[in-house]
Amino acid sequence: MEILVCVKRVPDTSENEIEVNSKGTDIERDDLVYSVNEWDNYAVEEAIQIRDNIGGGVTVVSVGDEESEEVIRREMAMGADKGILLSDEVFEGSDGKGIASILKAEVEKGNYNLILTGAQADDGAGQVGGMLAAMLDWPYASLVNKIEVLDDKKIKVGREIEGGNQEMNEIDLPCVLSIQTGINEPRYVGIRGIRKVASVELPVHSAGDLGLSPDSVGEAGANVKLIDYFVPEFGEGAEMLEGSTEEIIEKLVEILKSKGGIK
Amino acid sequence: MAQQIFAYIVHKEGVADDSALELLAAAKKIVPDASVTAIIAGSGGDVDAVCNKVAPSFQEVWKIDNDAVSYPNAEIIRGMLTRILPEGSIVLAAHDTFGMDLTPGLSIKLNTSYLSDVVDFEGVEDVNLKAVRQEYSGQVSTHVLCDLSKGIVITVRPGSFQADESQGANGQVVDKTADAMAGDLPGKRRFIEVVEAEVGEVDITKSEILVSVGRGIEDQDNLEIISDLAEAVGGDVSCSRPIVDAKWLEKARQVGTSGQTVKPKVYMALGISGSFQHLGGIKGAPFMVAVNKNTKAPIFQVADVGIIADILDFVPELTDKVNELK
Ligand SMILES: Cc1cc2nc3c(=O)[nH]c(=O)nc-3n(C[C@H](O)[C@H](O)[C@H](O)COP(=O)(O)OP(=O)(O)OC[C@H]3O[C@@H](n4cnc5c(N)ncnc54)[C@H](O)[C@@H]3O)c2cc1C
Repeated sequence: MEILVCVKRVPDTSENEIEVNSKGTDIERDDLVYSVNEWDNYAVEEAIQIRDNIGGGVTVVSVGDEESEEVIRREMAMGADKGILLSDEVFEGSDGKGIASILKAEVEKGNYNLILTGAQADDGAGQVGGMLAAMLDWPYASLVNKIEVLDDKKIKVGREIEGGNQEMNEIDLPCVLSIQTGINEPRYVGIRGIRKVASVELPVHSAGDLGLSPDSVGEAGANVKLIDYFVPEFGEGAEMLEGSTEEIIEKLVEILKSKGGIK
Repeated sequence: MAQQIFAYIVHKEGVADDSALELLAAAKKIVPDASVTAIIAGSGGDVDAVCNKVAPSFQEVWKIDNDAVSYPNAEIIRGMLTRILPEGSIVLAAHDTFGMDLTPGLSIKLNTSYLSDVVDFEGVEDVNLKAVRQEYSGQVSTHVLCDLSKGIVITVRPGSFQADESQGANGQVVDKTADAMAGDLPGKRRFIEVVEAEVGEVDITKSEILVSVGRGIEDQDNLEIISDLAEAVGGDVSCSRPIVDAKWLEKARQVGTSGQTVKPKVYMALGISGSFQHLGGIKGAPFMVAVNKNTKAPIFQVADVGIIADILDFVPELTDKVNELK
């Protein structure tokens, strides 16, 4: 099975306090810790496990600038066989459809049976996988939390639905799946692993290489444009308890008692 | 604006989802006096019941009644909608597991713009819809402008719009089954069955006090401080999704849209950021205490009481104090 996994380099929200810059045009990017999008990491692990079980190859692809190389190499250190970076100035400002178009062009250069994406990334949109599938006219399933390969023509997938229930489907190959967290336990990647792939050559494909006209992608081709970032004011917000830890705990215990929070 | 507005409505056992009237409210926020057409797919008596139930709220109700969609297979429904929706339509759906499955591909098939997980609309400027979304797990919000001229498919975050209870629309139910079924239906993804979530050792949906732990706990070994606190206050331990993904606690303890819906009296969120999927599982407006080391954590916007602290230090001290008082 030839598997392509689409990954994105994102600010790690569990490591960073995300703040809006003074003009509201972007978030503060200095000092941010970046990593591979959490959902994508599960997708790569799943691809590696499928390959290890039934054979084939795993390619990791990312649309981004040269800094995305670092996450591609990280996923190669996990065990992916190949990495490809799709990078071009004209890709900047792409909306979801733009990213899906760029990926589609790369998919058509290869011979893949299965494409995996994360269920969503830092913008929470969850759009690229479904769009890519529709562009390719391949079947799609989102929020996949189980994959079982039946034969070389079809697989069985579980989708996570409300309440933690699981919707089982049979789906024909080739197909596109978006992967939900928890489907597996992604392996740990050590420094040594990363060093091993540090000098592996990573092909970079531009709009020209992919046969994409510059006005179909990037800002020029985007239907959706981000205008600003802001921090919303929601209702009243919490009453913040202040003082020394001892004082805070004293207050909190009083409050908990009065609200039935201590039996 | 001459564009028709549609709301795709999900339902279960003959009852429309709460999001139905939220979509109506959302539509009216895009176009103030919008006439909205509901679309309902399913089979048999269930569809009729849902159609009749929502008819007073919508200008028209389009019914698709066929065994092929007795379970809502998004691949098949996408194929059907592609046939029946007029060019340039504005299509709304809930940002739930079905909407996420259906809509990105639908926008491609209809050749429209796409916006997902919208929390608010701020009107139409020229041909552009101005909408509010959130990024980075709700830590910041964004305004986006989206071209409406060729139509748009939008998913709306459940709970973000106040349900529109006005019932004056008196919609007719129109049977669109024949149009929707014309030609071959997509058959490359076949629904097999729904496997119900496992029942756990405790039923957190019945708990009055929940001591809930999130990724801020950092390590499985640290979970002990959470169970100690739960024991001290007489509550049960629940958690956010990453704790279950890491297999540190069983799935039955997960609070949220893909976990349990809980309705305790008191909810303590310890090292939980407050994503909408997590908050979606907390009902009945419990008294909420949040402890987080990030002053900007979204959980502080919804909690009653907030404490900026490292849970690894704070929680054991709190436990000691509670035990001392006993
Ligand atoms: C379809 C779908 C369904 C989902 N369903 C659910 C669901 O049912 N339930 C659910 O919970 N999530 C669900 N999620 C995931 C959700 O989007 C979030 O990723 C998740 O809720 C984050 O969990 P968290 O708050 O524990 O982790 P994070 O968002 O990583 O937050 C950790 C928090 O801990 C704080 N912290 C870190 N260290 C410390 C410390 N030492 N002391 C104090 N604070 C600390 C950080 O500041 C941060 O605010 C779903 C996602 C999708 C896409």
